[in-house]
Amino acid sequence: MKTRLLALLLMLLPTLGFAAGDGVHLREMTPDLRDRASLQRGMKLFVNYCMGCHSLQYQRFSRAAEDLDMPRDLVEDNLIFSSGLGFNDQMRSAMSADDGEGWFGAAPPDLTLEARLRGSDWIYSYLLGFYRDPSRPTGVNNRVFPLVAMPNVLEPLQGVQEKVCAASEHPAEGAEIDPLTGKYQSCEVLKVTRPGAMAPEGFEGAVYDLTNFLAYVGEPSRLKAEALAPKVLIFILIFGVIAYLLKREYWRDIH
Amino acid sequence: MTDSGVNKGRRRFLVGATTVVGAIGAVGVAVPFVASWQPSARARAAGAPIKADISKLEPGQRMIVEWRGRPIWILNRTPEMIARTEALGADRLADPDSREPQQPDYADGPMRAIRPEIGVLIGICTHLGCSPLFKPDPDAEGVGVANWPGGFFCPCHGSRFDLAGRVFVNVPAPLNLEVPPYRFESDDVIVVGEDEETA
Amino acid sequence: MADPNKPKAERGVMRWVDDRFPATQMWQEHLSRYYAPKNFNVWYFFGSLALLVLVNQILTGIWLTMSFNPSAEGAFASVEYIMRDVEWGWLIRYMHSTGASAFFIVVYLHMFRGLLYGSYRAPRELVWIFGMAIYLALMAEAFMGYLLPWGQMSYWGAQVIISLFSAIPGIGPDLAQWIRGDYLISGITLNRFFALHVVALPIVILALVVLHIIALHEVGSNNPDGIDIKARKDESGRPLDGIPFHPYYTVKDLVGVAVFLFVFCGVIFYFPEGGGYFLEKPNFEPADPLKTPDHIAPVWYFTPFYAILRAITFSLFGLEAKFLGVLCMGAAIAVLFVLPWLDRSRVRSIRYKGWVSKLMLALFAASFVTLGVLGVLPPTTARTALAQLCTVIYFAFFLLMPFYSRWEKTKPVPERVTGR
Repeated sequence: MKTRLLALLLMLLPTLGFAAGDGVHLREMTPDLRDRASLQRGMKLFVNYCMGCHSLQYQRFSRAAEDLDMPRDLVEDNLIFSSGLGFNDQMRSAMSADDGEGWFGAAPPDLTLEARLRGSDWIYSYLLGFYRDPSRPTGVNNRVFPLVAMPNVLEPLQGVQEKVCAASEHPAEGAEIDPLTGKYQSCEVLKVTRPGAMAPEGFEGAVYDLTNFLAYVGEPSRLKAEALAPKVLIFILIFGVIAYLLKREYWRDIH
Repeated sequence: MTDSGVNKGRRRFLVGATTVVGAIGAVGVAVPFVASWQPSARARAAGAPIKADISKLEPGQRMIVEWRGRPIWILNRTPEMIARTEALGADRLADPDSREPQQPDYADGPMRAIRPEIGVLIGICTHLGCSPLFKPDPDAEGVGVANWPGGFFCPCHGSRFDLAGRVFVNVPAPLNLEVPPYRFESDDVIVVGEDEETA
Repeated sequence: MADPNKPKAERGVMRWVDDRFPATQMWQEHLSRYYAPKNFNVWYFFGSLALLVLVNQILTGIWLTMSFNPSAEGAFASVEYIMRDVEWGWLIRYMHSTGASAFFIVVYLHMFRGLLYGSYRAPRELVWIFGMAIYLALMAEAFMGYLLPWGQMSYWGAQVIISLFSAIPGIGPDLAQWIRGDYLISGITLNRFFALHVVALPIVILALVVLHIIALHEVGSNNPDGIDIKARKDESGRPLDGIPFHPYYTVKDLVGVAVFLFVFCGVIFYFPEGGGYFLEKPNFEPADPLKTPDHIAPVWYFTPFYAILRAITFSLFGLEAKFLGVLCMGAAIAVLFVLPWLDRSRVRSIRYKGWVSKLMLALFAASFVTLGVLGVLPPTTARTALAQLCTVIYFAFFLLMPFYSRWEKTKPVPERVTGR
């Protein structure tokens, strides 16, 4: 019976093909919460470039300091700019929601849970996805989030990126793969045409750090969970072995 | 199901082992539940040390700041006040030498302070939790005793304390007023809620 | 008057208690002298595991209410407060959210065991009906609990489910409004769902669990062979194929508990979102009555019924499709209640039923799983057709059962349990 059930399920599987998202191919990014240096750099980028508009209303500076191994003085001197914010406070932006709505047409969303809502791949691709588009009020558009209201605040670091026809390493940048070079040929490739303060590789690293930090902020308990998990699982394993021996001992009675 | 061939020793050992490991597991499960009753990060943030600027505190004056929901009195005591307070002895005070642990070790001496002229006290009567009134002047009205050296008078049940927060005899309050942990960040800034050593 | 022959401890504290309360008697009746068939297999772990998960839900639930704020303004933030600021709050919350899904996994397997071995057949009809009532209460409990975090999926999921009631002709819209207590789902709805979720329904579920177990212990447990172990007893009146639940099944269930906890903790620590099925991504955004998420799917344990609801895309007998869908969904659950009277087979267990019953049960299980998967996905024409087919199979399993279960050729049932 079981095999018949399985066969039936296998028959049905092809019809179930899961939806692959809304068409945009995202650049992959795997957060590494053990890389404290990356998280610290990410936090620095966040407070410098993002926190003017975006809050992390559930994330305390003190918690980040504790989790990311940063001494209090360092955080207070380098990462807290607003005089209204203390070490134990949440990372709230100084900009009010009303101001945001007036300036950008929509209040900049809180980003505490952005990584859990959209995923780190999305954030990474979004931050790398700005390109020049003079038709937009901000002068830029975004591949992942078309017609986005946010300007490319990282432009001083990244430089100006434009859509060009070229070969690219990433499937994100086009559908056609060239069998000779193994690269993707497309007129949708984003390329930095006027350099910023960072080289493209350096900038991708910075965006990685920033995304990594947001992944941490989405679920700070992940660090604790992963530290605790092996101990708990090993304990349960030991309990299971003893319980099994006990069961076997008692069940010797049963014939 | 017969008892023949049952290894009782082995069985007892396994029952014991399962019980012990199970009990350890139960305690392990209880830990997060018990620990979750500790003050949360929000409560700790609200109860974090506070800073008080005493540059505008005139001699003889008192200011009140709030720490962990309680009034913290900061007094600037004049030399006369100190002299009157230091003159008090065991005939009038219940614990003149502050033997009860109502103050950090560094708040020593008769004035129970790091700097004798600056007093820091939790303004909550040790009797039933009212906040006593500030009666700094000698022989102030309404404190119910003659020869008043200046201090605090609790309107609820008539307890009296001197300007170092030491409790008088023959009043309901059993202990001296509590001195919170505090330190001087600079000459003019006091941090309440943080000990000197940890600074 | 108390029964003078009831079992009592010889002396000591227990004797004192037994003179006043039937502690020893209850211990014997339900554990040490409750004779369960000795041939329970792996399917029989899920009853005690359901009890374990129930305890987990109640304990973690009580602790969550200590920090949760049941208001439209504060609910979402208070969940993040629990996740971040409360000591160990993240663990307690994940135990609760993962426990909800674990509860349904365990209960579905427990129910399937009943289908496999005919545990609903006479004299266990009431055991089955109490169990079904638990399942129904559990669905209400889970649905109301899912609104509490006040995320987008909480909000819009509740919106869809409550709208089902408005499909009832005549009173529908007023009924939906009465349930919400407002013109839209609001803090008022949240507050009453909170009260029901943390007080009313847990009481109902606990009472039903007690009834379920009392009814079971009155008639005795079924077994994979579906035969009555009480038919053959030894000279002292003990069933020959029965063994005392304690210690034999208590120690055996401990092994099941260890295996379950290993998987359960693995999920809690490494995949608390359950791949987006235990905690859905849109729920990390606060509820916004003006913005529907791109794709709303109920939590996975409701999706089979949700798929049945969506499969009805046509009007019939003058009933419009929307109402018909709600009717079918309700019927899909209601039909389970009358199952004991649909099965006319001479044997209980699937082991001795004919091939038609085996095929029908396999088809039923496959269509239930398929409906569950379809309920998660956005509908397309092909998927709707498949859902319709599965809905037909789902109902055919039950409605044709009186015929195929009676007419098919069954195998001879052994005298004693086989111990397979």
